[in-house]
Amino acid sequence: MTARSLESGAPARERAVSPSLWSRIWQNDAPGYLFLLPWLIGFFGLTIGPIVTSFYLSFTDFDLLTSPDWVGANNYVRMFTADPKFWASMRVTVMFVIFSVPLKLAFALAVAMLLNRGMRGLPLYRALFYLPSLLGASVAIAILWRQIFARDGLVNDFLSIFGIAGPSWISNPQTSLWTIIVLAVWQFGSPMIIFLAGLRQIPQDMYEAASLDGAGKWRQFIKITLPLLTPVVFFNGIIQTIEAFKSFTPAFIISGGTGNPINSTLFYTLYLYQEAFGFFRMGYASALAWVLLALVGIFTAFSFLTSKYWVHYDE
Amino acid sequence: MSDVSNRLTVVGERQRTPLQRKLVSVLTHAGLLAVSVLMLYPLLWLLAASFRPENEIFTSASIWPSSWSIDSYIRGWNGLRTSFGTFYINSFIISGLSVLGNVMACSMAAYAFARLDFKFKNFWFAMMLMTLMLPYQVTLIPQYVLFRQLGWVNTFLPLVVPKFLAADGFFIFLMVQFFRGLPKELDEAAQMDGCSPWRIYWKIIIPLSMPVLATAAIFTFIWTWDDFFGPLIYLSEMKTYTVMLGLRTFTDSTGESDYGGLFAMSVLSIVPIFLFFLFFQRLLIEGIATTGMKR
Repeated sequence: MTARSLESGAPARERAVSPSLWSRIWQNDAPGYLFLLPWLIGFFGLTIGPIVTSFYLSFTDFDLLTSPDWVGANNYVRMFTADPKFWASMRVTVMFVIFSVPLKLAFALAVAMLLNRGMRGLPLYRALFYLPSLLGASVAIAILWRQIFARDGLVNDFLSIFGIAGPSWISNPQTSLWTIIVLAVWQFGSPMIIFLAGLRQIPQDMYEAASLDGAGKWRQFIKITLPLLTPVVFFNGIIQTIEAFKSFTPAFIISGGTGNPINSTLFYTLYLYQEAFGFFRMGYASALAWVLLALVGIFTAFSFLTSKYWVHYDE
Repeated sequence: MSDVSNRLTVVGERQRTPLQRKLVSVLTHAGLLAVSVLMLYPLLWLLAASFRPENEIFTSASIWPSSWSIDSYIRGWNGLRTSFGTFYINSFIISGLSVLGNVMACSMAAYAFARLDFKFKNFWFAMMLMTLMLPYQVTLIPQYVLFRQLGWVNTFLPLVVPKFLAADGFFIFLMVQFFRGLPKELDEAAQMDGCSPWRIYWKIIIPLSMPVLATAAIFTFIWTWDDFFGPLIYLSEMKTYTVMLGLRTFTDSTGESDYGGLFAMSVLSIVPIFLFFLFFQRLLIEGIATTGMKR
């Protein structure tokens, strides 16, 4: 097409080029953009637009009813210097991430390795272990959890067999967060399935060679399994960490929306929800959201930057 | 099966006697069974508690009620001003429309990314991947303001319309991976015959992609059914509540006195998810294994 329009000579060029350009665009690019249209509308209307607006709102006081008041960096200054609840929620969330993610992944990997030994009944076990991951996010399970760890709940029933009178795990600030961590670890099924898929990729002759050389099981795990599995560990780690930062429902249901006792289950997302939809401090809540984004962004960037030192890819 | 028995002989087990091998296998099964029981016990206890007579709920840790009764279900169903029947209908409408929206919009976007050429395609694809990492809190408040101005609060629209705009990039990614695996010759042959991209999408790609579309549909249904945050902020009139919101209201009001009803409704709320698990677990597990899904 280009060749023909060049041949058609100088005088006609001005007229000839533009229709052929348009028809070329129509032929080549339009179908793609038409198929992409719903996504593009959503991308600008529900993602980019709101991101820009949210950034603006984070520098304002905004209560939904009157128009936003510009307050400069006040929200951020108050957050870091004069808001103990912000620090409490930050502490709770970081604790939750630090403990729940590694525990969940360790458990997932351990069970995946047990299952990968050519067990009979693998599909059944895999399905049973996966079930909690599928159900765990629902309100019903959070309600169940509140009951299990109550003073007269299931856990204390078991402890009483051994003559131990357990506390109310939910209303004790020392243990309340741990009940939610246990709930997260309980849902180890989906990273386990991904680990299983990864373990399948490891060639069995590597183990054979290693065991002929006299390497024990533990050495095989450290020298073969773990290095070859690092891409999967990396993937699971990122996904689970981002999920953990965003976790909301369990803390909301278990604490009845308060984040108590003594803010010990005040997840960051829960605090943000209270500020936005409890007190209608939309500007401050937007600032909280941007700090969360920065946190998740820093974590992700850090993971990707350090990954070349510990994640082994084939090539 | 053959690859399983191969592995048994290969994995350094050959120095062991048959008896030792048997012992290891028995121990592994015992360990796995113990973990299974520990994990499933709470669920079974919940099921049992929902069928127990009210006075027995907290006196027994067993998973077998001494007598069965469905009183809790009857009480719970009508435990709030609006019956759970309404909540179920609402949840089914929202989840059903979400499935429709996600499958249509995401498959269209995925087709564009996987099969069509257009300017800035890689840029848009990178943007789509970026949205996967974005915590929803960042867009939450402006979206709420927008939907409120449109008068959509207390309707299902804020929960459903984003699905028709392919807002969940995760499913686009899932489908792109699948579409790329389909032989490109099909498109080329169809194009030779003068098929438009729309016909190729509708007559070739979609019929060949039923597995991935089904996976996306099932996960959309489950995640929408489970969703608590969206309904919590957008639905405040009880007649618009979803099952999850109904449950939460139950815990606030009558829940403290009527545990039986609360447990019965909790069980009912996860029945649809459980049914999907029962009938489609293969599809779900393969979906996770190949793409690394979040939950």
